[in-house]
Amino acid sequence: MVEIVNRPYAKAFETFATARPEVLCLSADLTSSCEIDGFRDRHPDQFLSLGMAEQNMLSFAGGLAMQGFRPFLHTFSVFLYRRPYDQLINSIAYSNRKVRLMGFLPGITTPGGITHQAIEDISVMRAIPNMTILECGDATEVETVLEVADSIDGPVYVRVLRGEVPRLFSTPFEFNKLRTLSEGDDVLVVTSGVCTEEALRAAEPLKNRGIGIHHLHVSTLKPFDRDGLIRVARGKKGVVTLENHTINGGLGSLVAEILAEEGLGVKLRRLGLQDTFAHGASKPYLMKKYGLDASALVAAIGDVLGKTLDIPDAELEAVRLDTVHSAQKAEAL
Amino acid sequence: MTLSNQQKTEDVAAGIRKRVFLHTMRNNGGYLSQACSAAESLAFLYNEALKLGEPTLPKVPLPFSGVPSASNPDAFTGAGYHGPFAPEYDRFIISPAHYALVIYSALIQMGRMDEHALDHFNRDGGSVEMIGAEHSPGMEVTTGSLAQGLSMASGIAWARKRKDEQGLVWVYMSDGEFQEGQTWECLAAMAYHGIDNIRVVVDVNRQQCDGAMSSVLDLGDLPARVSSFGVTCRSIDGHDLDAFRKAADSTEAGKPLIILANTSPYQGMEFLKKRFPRLHYVRFKSAEERQEMQSAIAAELRIDEAEIARI
Ligand SMILES: Cc1ncc(C[n+]2csc(CCOP(=O)(O)OP(=O)(O)O)c2C)c(N)n1
Repeated sequence: MVEIVNRPYAKAFETFATARPEVLCLSADLTSSCEIDGFRDRHPDQFLSLGMAEQNMLSFAGGLAMQGFRPFLHTFSVFLYRRPYDQLINSIAYSNRKVRLMGFLPGITTPGGITHQAIEDISVMRAIPNMTILECGDATEVETVLEVADSIDGPVYVRVLRGEVPRLFSTPFEFNKLRTLSEGDDVLVVTSGVCTEEALRAAEPLKNRGIGIHHLHVSTLKPFDRDGLIRVARGKKGVVTLENHTINGGLGSLVAEILAEEGLGVKLRRLGLQDTFAHGASKPYLMKKYGLDASALVAAIGDVLGKTLDIPDAELEAVRLDTVHSAQKAEAL
Repeated sequence: MTLSNQQKTEDVAAGIRKRVFLHTMRNNGGYLSQACSAAESLAFLYNEALKLGEPTLPKVPLPFSGVPSASNPDAFTGAGYHGPFAPEYDRFIISPAHYALVIYSALIQMGRMDEHALDHFNRDGGSVEMIGAEHSPGMEVTTGSLAQGLSMASGIAWARKRKDEQGLVWVYMSDGEFQEGQTWECLAAMAYHGIDNIRVVVDVNRQQCDGAMSSVLDLGDLPARVSSFGVTCRSIDGHDLDAFRKAADSTEAGKPLIILANTSPYQGMEFLKKRFPRLHYVRFKSAEERQEMQSAIAAELRIDEAEIARI
């Protein structure tokens, strides 16, 4: 059974920040939603409450960074880049300031509808020079991403997972290195964030049918481990990407760019939101509806192989981890 | 509880509190304190102030029919529950989208939505979303990213003025929205352009997600700050219906009207005071905690606890 870790960020951040006095914790009225309420209460001197005013928070953080502090900003992913985009560029990114943007509830992991769903954040961030983009796929990565982010000389955007998070990996977050989750000769599957856990559901059923899957998990989206990708993409019958994001500008796009630049001429299917906004509903419902789930992955693998893979939903359901996520705190946005 | 539009405004307010409370207990959590603070404001607006036609959408809320796009003719907005758009009718823009449960309850209480419409709340594939979006009942714009509603409403109001339409534009806001700079940019624009066909009611409950606003980022003397932008600002007791009536009648030519409704986040449910300052979203850690709240608030609202068990 997969271990489920409760609020891994809360503990990790406290341990990390208390050992580094130049780290400041900034919050925009979503303190408990970002699991830093305990930190606020126990370490008020390292905590700055800036209220629901994200544009100000980003520029303010730019100023803090100029004075040698390393601000870690906490709010939902959407509120870190949509409203304060100009502030992000001019107060932070252009001057390559060490500001860390900790984004919670990425993509369709929130039922809050389009106003709360960061579905184009990676695309937008990728377009910004100087920006580093990290994404956590499990509890271990949530626990170990802080030191990685802090080691970067420049602004960093992190997609963080909160609440009850499964532990999939036993080794820490390694900067700009792809994780190999399985090796196989037929199809290369590249996933990130919560989609990695989802893709793992298809692993056994595919193996049982004799399909060789090489599965890579991506936790550094910018920069990107280009060589690691090329090495295993070469000679495959197809490549499938799966991301909790629009297919435009995120993981699927960057894999497409690399495959084309290398002239690999391998078929690619990009799974993710197909150039559409989503809406407010539960995560399992949205993952199914928008084709971000294991069955969509199986269909895409069949598609690049030119055959129909008949894997009943029940077989994919059988390994679902959702049941143990029972107390997922979806509400209280 | 079948209702005509002949209700007393006090009863509408009581009905809103009751419906949100029942829903919160039945679903193990909800935006309950917002019902406490907003009940009189919304009751006054729906029952007395707003000039709206009959709903144009079916009483039982429709499923979500896709996001708006040139290729989706089925997309609709929840404004239909406020009646048709016509020059003589008012428009009502709701800015704090997380007040959705309270808004839905008000629409039901006013007979604009089906008695059991809350059964659709936060259901996969439905339009009655937890955070209202423009397809959700009563919503016309998507305002879950707070502090954009006022600006859109101002645009609507300016355009209606230009077209000589008689209907007003009413806006409902939360005080948290006064932390965002955009709200102040809009006040400046409304004053500068003399947009006087707009009426804004703000739920000044001095609460936000993290707790009391004074512990997060204080608004200070809000009436003075707002007034200084050259708009008409009335700061009233937000649970006093007569104060609302007076304030709504106190417009000044060439100026927008902002009514700051000073409210309590536990008005009518004193038991919630025990939870201060954690009131943003009421949830329960244990069955005992739930039962204690259920009994206490049911008694305050004079509700038979058996009614809560109804599915
Ligand atoms: C731009 C933006 N930032 C953050 C949030 C997350 N959020 C939801 S409600 C809220 C503040 C709640 O305060 P208020 O608006 O006064 O509502 P109330 O306390 O009365 O529920 C915040 C920060 C948001 N919805 N939009």
